[in-house]
Amino acid sequence: MFEKALSGGRRYWAWMVSLLVVIGVGAACWYWQLSEGLTITGLSRDVVWGFYIAQFTFLVGVAASAVMVVLPYYLHDYRAFGKITILGELLAIAAVIMCMLFIFVDMGMPARILNIFLHPTPSSMMFWDAVALGGYLLLNIVISRVTLGAERRGDPPPAWITPVIVLSIPWAISIHTVTAFLYAGLAARPFWLTAIMAPRFLASAFASGPALLILLALVVRRVSDFDPGRQAIRALATIVTYAMVANVFFVAVELYTALYSGIPEHVSHFAYLFMGLDGEATLAPWMWASAVLAVVALVLLLNPGSRSSETSLVVACVAVFASLWIDKGLGMVVAGFVPSPLGRVVHYSPTAPELAIGLGIWAAGLLVVTGLFKIALEVRGHLRRP
Amino acid sequence: MDASRRGFLTIAGLSLVGAAGGSTLIAAIGEPGTAVESLPAEPPGGGRRLAMVIDLRKFGHDGELVERCIRACHRAHNVPDFGADRKNEIKWIWAEDFESTFRDEEFRYLRRDLQGKPTLLLCNHCDNPPCTRVCPTKATWRRPADGIVMMDWHRCIGCRYCIVACPYGSRSFNWTDPRPHLESPQADFPTRTRGVVEKCTFCEELLARGGQPACVEACADDEIVFGDLNDPGSKVRRLLAEHLAIRRQPGLGTRPEVYYIVEDPRTLAETAPAAVVPGAAENDHV
Ligand code: SF4
Ligand code: SF4
Repeated sequence: MFEKALSGGRRYWAWMVSLLVVIGVGAACWYWQLSEGLTITGLSRDVVWGFYIAQFTFLVGVAASAVMVVLPYYLHDYRAFGKITILGELLAIAAVIMCMLFIFVDMGMPARILNIFLHPTPSSMMFWDAVALGGYLLLNIVISRVTLGAERRGDPPPAWITPVIVLSIPWAISIHTVTAFLYAGLAARPFWLTAIMAPRFLASAFASGPALLILLALVVRRVSDFDPGRQAIRALATIVTYAMVANVFFVAVELYTALYSGIPEHVSHFAYLFMGLDGEATLAPWMWASAVLAVVALVLLLNPGSRSSETSLVVACVAVFASLWIDKGLGMVVAGFVPSPLGRVVHYSPTAPELAIGLGIWAAGLLVVTGLFKIALEVRGHLRRP
Repeated sequence: MDASRRGFLTIAGLSLVGAAGGSTLIAAIGEPGTAVESLPAEPPGGGRRLAMVIDLRKFGHDGELVERCIRACHRAHNVPDFGADRKNEIKWIWAEDFESTFRDEEFRYLRRDLQGKPTLLLCNHCDNPPCTRVCPTKATWRRPADGIVMMDWHRCIGCRYCIVACPYGSRSFNWTDPRPHLESPQADFPTRTRGVVEKCTFCEELLARGGQPACVEACADDEIVFGDLNDPGSKVRRLLAEHLAIRRQPGLGTRPEVYYIVEDPRTLAETAPAAVVPGAAENDHV
């Protein structure tokens, strides 16, 4: 089946080669990081996790969100998702691969990464996260291969795959819950010490993931004769709307608890994020942009007229994705470190090589998504055009 | 029906506990000392509980002694010196002013002699250390025999989760190769590579040879005292029984084992009217 990813027209190859160039630049920078150490990043003694871990966290959400198409389709037999479900599962595979790459480049000693499995430590949430992510990757590879393979032969999928698919549903929830627990159980970091973190992670994942899936499906529709169907896009838009409303509500709950209680160590991190502390306000414009984008998205999504118009739906999906990416992929991790437990306010922003490595991984993800989508579309006979 | 449902609930409950890293949860629930902080009367498991008492009354404002302690430690352990480069900085023991050290106390009208006083900070060798709990490779662990929180630089994968989990800023990461930044490398102590985490180990290598920690050795007059809290006759126990000592953020449940003497109750009793500190005189008998 893989050979189908290796044949294609000029446009396909131009796209793949440009992705390979970005990956190459990222790989070169990573090699530099390997030889110099993580000192080439913007990280420091006080802000020890940054861009890489934040991207990882955001992408776990994208991976988990496949459940938003898998669950209606397989558990509720929601036919409209018949075509798009496979895209959701393949997107999850690409997202998990990106997660793993982001963890890998963040390690000080990447060659020793297997120590996580050689010395398994159940008390560490990082151990459980590795188990959950690895399992989820495996589940999605098996599910998409088996269902696509059966489809190619014109058979119904084998019966044994159904329980595997059902298992993938709670598993998807678990990967993002465990990722939230990575942060939420630490006495040292009051900003993350909140019970709403896992629910909030899930809500933002179920908004940003399906938003991305809508955008990808529309792109695929333009470059092939695949059509996800109006009803599928509509249903996805409804899911994005509900999830985004839930996410904004959870943020409001969080803000209320921190600000009304007035406990300085809770307030100070929000102050840093939105106003800046001691003149250090790198993230403030980003966070306000995220807030404005969230409002724009909600207005467009809650209004049935603009939600069903494709143009405004695209704007809304871009706004949802960008807003949540800023919130989770930039602000959430860094704000946990500033101010530090000793009250120090430190500047952090990713350096050029750090960004290049990150971009390389995003390009790798896109490469995987493109290749996998191509295979699926070929199997389904959507790419017969010259 | 009822019985089978109960059975299901039990299994579901147990598997939930298991999934969340059961041992941690059970330890947190089952341990009486977690909620109300108290020194166990009997040594747990009969081992030693090594601890440090820093007598702040004996430290000056000039930071001279503080500097001496830092230099002794960092020299003995091949800790690199990055000068003013805050980003790459490695430190096992360092100084902050008194107010930042005990930041959560929010002192307002602080006794003059404590204002801005350089105060030594180091790993607290917590009795309930969050750093070891989060490590995914057991590269850092609490030694049950004496409570020292250890590091294995050959196993550490450099994920820095332990730094994230430590509420005291006690850990440093080698962002770059430390070796070029060593002034006088000591042959009897390992150097580190880039990409691993390091911190104070209570000088376990000197203790093994029957010595005292390097910072203690650098002192002349018991400014820092080191010993076994499980030995009722030890100097650390006597000091803690006779003086008012505080620890950093004990409310987090980490049970830090570095104590700071800030006051002598006897001098308090002499200067304060009896009604304000009732029972202060009883401390004389301890
Ligand atoms: S002070 Fe920090 S590094 Fe040391 S034992 Fe406690 S939590 Fe761990
Ligand atoms: S940095 Fe090393 S010691 Fe710290 S948690 Fe990771 S593997 Fe463990």
